[in-house]
Amino acid sequence: MTEYRLRTPVSEEEVRKLSVGDIVYLSGTVYTLRDAGHKRALELMARGEKTPVDFRGMAIYHMGPIVKKKDGEWEVVSAGPTTSTRIEAYEYDFVEKSGVRIIIGKGGMGKRTAEACKKFGAVYTVFTGGAGALGAKAVQRVAGVHWLDLGVPEAIWVMEVKDFGPLFVIIDSKGNNYYEQVKEKIGNNLKEAYAKLGL
Amino acid sequence: MSHQGLEEKLKKSTVKLLMAAAVYLPKDVKDALEEAYRREKGELQKKMLLSILENLEIAEKEKRPLCQDTGAIIFYVKVGENFPYIGLLPKVLREATAEATELIPLRPNVVDVITGKNTGNNVGKYLPWIDWEIVPDADFAEITVMLKGGGSEAVSMMKVLTPAEGLNGALKAVLDTMFEAGPRTCPPNIVSLGIGATGEIAAKMAKRGLLRPVGERHPDPKIAEIEERLLEAVNTIGWGVHGTGGGPTALDVHVEVAERHPATFAVSVMVYCWAARRATMRIAPDGKVSYPSHSFLEKEGWV
Repeated sequence: MTEYRLRTPVSEEEVRKLSVGDIVYLSGTVYTLRDAGHKRALELMARGEKTPVDFRGMAIYHMGPIVKKKDGEWEVVSAGPTTSTRIEAYEYDFVEKSGVRIIIGKGGMGKRTAEACKKFGAVYTVFTGGAGALGAKAVQRVAGVHWLDLGVPEAIWVMEVKDFGPLFVIIDSKGNNYYEQVKEKIGNNLKEAYAKLGL
Repeated sequence: MSHQGLEEKLKKSTVKLLMAAAVYLPKDVKDALEEAYRREKGELQKKMLLSILENLEIAEKEKRPLCQDTGAIIFYVKVGENFPYIGLLPKVLREATAEATELIPLRPNVVDVITGKNTGNNVGKYLPWIDWEIVPDADFAEITVMLKGGGSEAVSMMKVLTPAEGLNGALKAVLDTMFEAGPRTCPPNIVSLGIGATGEIAAKMAKRGLLRPVGERHPDPKIAEIEERLLEAVNTIGWGVHGTGGGPTALDVHVEVAERHPATFAVSVMVYCWAARRATMRIAPDGKVSYPSHSFLEKEGWV
């Protein structure tokens, strides 16, 4: 369990150093991107059109914040991760086409994302689910917002963050998936749990 | 107080109720998380639990919603037959929800199922959901709000089993749901099993179980014993804190039952994330409001 402090943009070399179980504190720019955002971004990319932000070397965050507007400026009030499994359907293509290096979410991702992380040099990390107030504390400034027509949770929020973390590396670029390892480890426990209830 | 004045007062009190739920985790849940942190030996799990506790501290200190997913908003209303303002409540609860969304603020979470458009103020068709229970021979109203996040709700199950599958089938449903859920439900969780005659009765029972404080057992000793055994069995599965393979998967398991039909054994399993947000407000017949779950807020004129 090694601790890293990284700043966006992150190079492929930096990302390939990370292993499952490592912890990252991230500074720089983070873009929020959820289901609807992934869908739209991939549609634009398929048509050869530009997305409003350039994801190369950057970090995306599966998150829909609580925001408020104060003196004309957006402020992030609460910002914890959403469940990443919903985004599994999009992530391989997104990693390939966007050049993103760090994915932040919670709840884990599947084989295709792990494959993309290995092939293109990216990691999937988890910020403690539900820790919205802690997440918001790391946000220094909202630098912009795109696609508000998708609604506040699904828009792209451009956030400047400082020491955002701890982010736990769950999928590294070497083909390891921490949650898959746990699932394998606990595979027989379900039978044991059945037995405890006489099932 | 005039009718209009009272309506305004009840609205403000409901905004405060929503604030209480969004910002301050109930004491029983917080105590259970602190206990889990004290007991934890795993380095990774300890770090995650610490993030959770730090998060609670920041939320309370800065009055920020502790989780950004302020959920589907559900009001459980117990209202006395003689409560004088029963007709005001539906309007008060809806309007207060819209106000709270702006003021606290809450995340707008109400989305049209056909167009996908977000209403922007947490009010829409059947949301906030209001669950009514009439209490005979009483003159107060007691309103409990639950902010139910999407991540833990996503694993909810309901199935009508055969009587032959029966109780064993219900217990198996709890274990299977928790095994499949893995890290997605933000464990450690509160898990609830509901049983009844029809699908929606079972689901309602399961939701009722999520409202019961951590550590409180069902009054029927036979059911209380099942809860104890289920708690041990769910924690045997071993997903642990946030699916890391260590520490508690469930803080507690509750079972709520209604009686069944001879031909059915409907079961429902519901899960609450560790951010198990609920708060209760009591309105006396003279309009006086108290917050039994968050009494420390009574002195504070938040709104």
